[in-house]
Amino acid sequence: MGGFDFDVIERSWVYLFREGMTFTLTLTFLAMVGGIFFGTLLAMMRLSKFRTVSVVAGGYVNLMRSLPLVLVIFWFFFLVPYIYGWVARAGKPIPIGAFYSALITFTMFEAAYYCEIMRAGIQSVQRGQVWAGYALGLNYWQTMGKVVLPQAFRNMLPVLLTQTIILFQDTSLVYVISATDFFGAAAKVANRDYRLVEMYTFAAVIYFIISFGLSSLVKQLQARIAIVR
Amino acid sequence: MNYNWNWGILLSPEPGGTGTYLYYLIVGLGWTLATALAAWVIALAIGSVVGTLRTTPYKWVVRLGNAYVEIFRNVPLIVQMFLWFFVVPEFLPKELGDWIKQMPPPWSQYLPAVMCLGLFTSVRVAEQVKAGIQSLSRGQGMAGTALGLTLGQTYRFVLLPMAFRIVLPPLTSEFMNVIKNSSVALTIGLLELTGRARAMQEFSFKVFEAFAAATVIYLLTNLVVVFAMRALERKVRVPGLISASAGAGGH
Repeated sequence: MGGFDFDVIERSWVYLFREGMTFTLTLTFLAMVGGIFFGTLLAMMRLSKFRTVSVVAGGYVNLMRSLPLVLVIFWFFFLVPYIYGWVARAGKPIPIGAFYSALITFTMFEAAYYCEIMRAGIQSVQRGQVWAGYALGLNYWQTMGKVVLPQAFRNMLPVLLTQTIILFQDTSLVYVISATDFFGAAAKVANRDYRLVEMYTFAAVIYFIISFGLSSLVKQLQARIAIVR
Repeated sequence: MNYNWNWGILLSPEPGGTGTYLYYLIVGLGWTLATALAAWVIALAIGSVVGTLRTTPYKWVVRLGNAYVEIFRNVPLIVQMFLWFFVVPEFLPKELGDWIKQMPPPWSQYLPAVMCLGLFTSVRVAEQVKAGIQSLSRGQGMAGTALGLTLGQTYRFVLLPMAFRIVLPPLTSEFMNVIKNSSVALTIGLLELTGRARAMQEFSFKVFEAFAAATVIYLLTNLVVVFAMRALERKVRVPGLISASAGAGGH
């Protein structure tokens, strides 16, 4: 193989970061926001006193958590164009592109994992807080929105962020639908210039630096908010 | 939706000539389990050692263990998979690297996939084992020392037997994760269950039948694992702990 060729990295890093990392970070951020939103809704459903609602939410969460992410990516990649075509009454599937397909997949998949975190978060709030909310004349949504959820978020913030780091790493699996995320871009350059060793090692180092950096920040945050109780 | 379902496809022959598509998928499940089980053995062995070392009083051993965990935890699985498949053989002695690359098809993917999943999972096992040992009261280790046991004996006869019984439930979910994660091996060409569902979709154009069949097979596998592990958990649980008293009539 004749030595480690740094030249290929120098030639391609602008492309890797401008195309690939932008895709990765945008996908991570949007899927995090969407996933936490739907995950919180799912958590509220799972804790609902209406049995049908909690069974439906529980079934969805358990289904997602039992399947490999790669299989779920394939499912959505083929399913979403069908549903979109059906909703738009086009009579045939409408392709939506790798990015939106990945965004919908990761939002719906991670929602199941964020749900379990938020469920624990909601359960960590003292019951008296809910009674106090109702005693003040707040309805269910006001009690949830103004009393319970803010505390649940605060308690679970480190865990939510740790899950987001896992999401960041998992987005590299969009490789299977040929999307150009950071890893996909590295793989493309690797195959084009036949520099597999250099590009995959470089990708690993960059993922390590970002994930390790973020998880160190989360640890600091955890230490800071653990005292305030 | 204007999709023509055709479940009969599962019973029609696949183009490779090995049998029906259903049989093709079930062989895929076989490869999934063969990969997951072999990786699990590696993960348990290395994870137990690393997890235990991280609780010892030797600072540099702990640091080394921490570094190991951080490296394998902060690189995405697919990147590790590619490193094992494309990069590691280049850095091995030439004969060994060539031998690995020239193995006949399923094995040249199977071996890197098992190594990758084994080490990837070992750091999760290490975290659980460490947490299990640290959850024991400090008095247990001290009692060992007071009885004149060496550090090694204290681990062997006092701490580890307890810790393993405590960490079994979290290890169950790690085992399910290995089964699920083995699907990433399709990216290096291992035809395990998800890879075969994808191949079936490409051969037959029956997208949803292929993925639905794979989904059902994964769910059934999960059920079997959950029941088997629950039986095992009942057998090894520690009497007197909260988790144990639920079914034991309280005490």
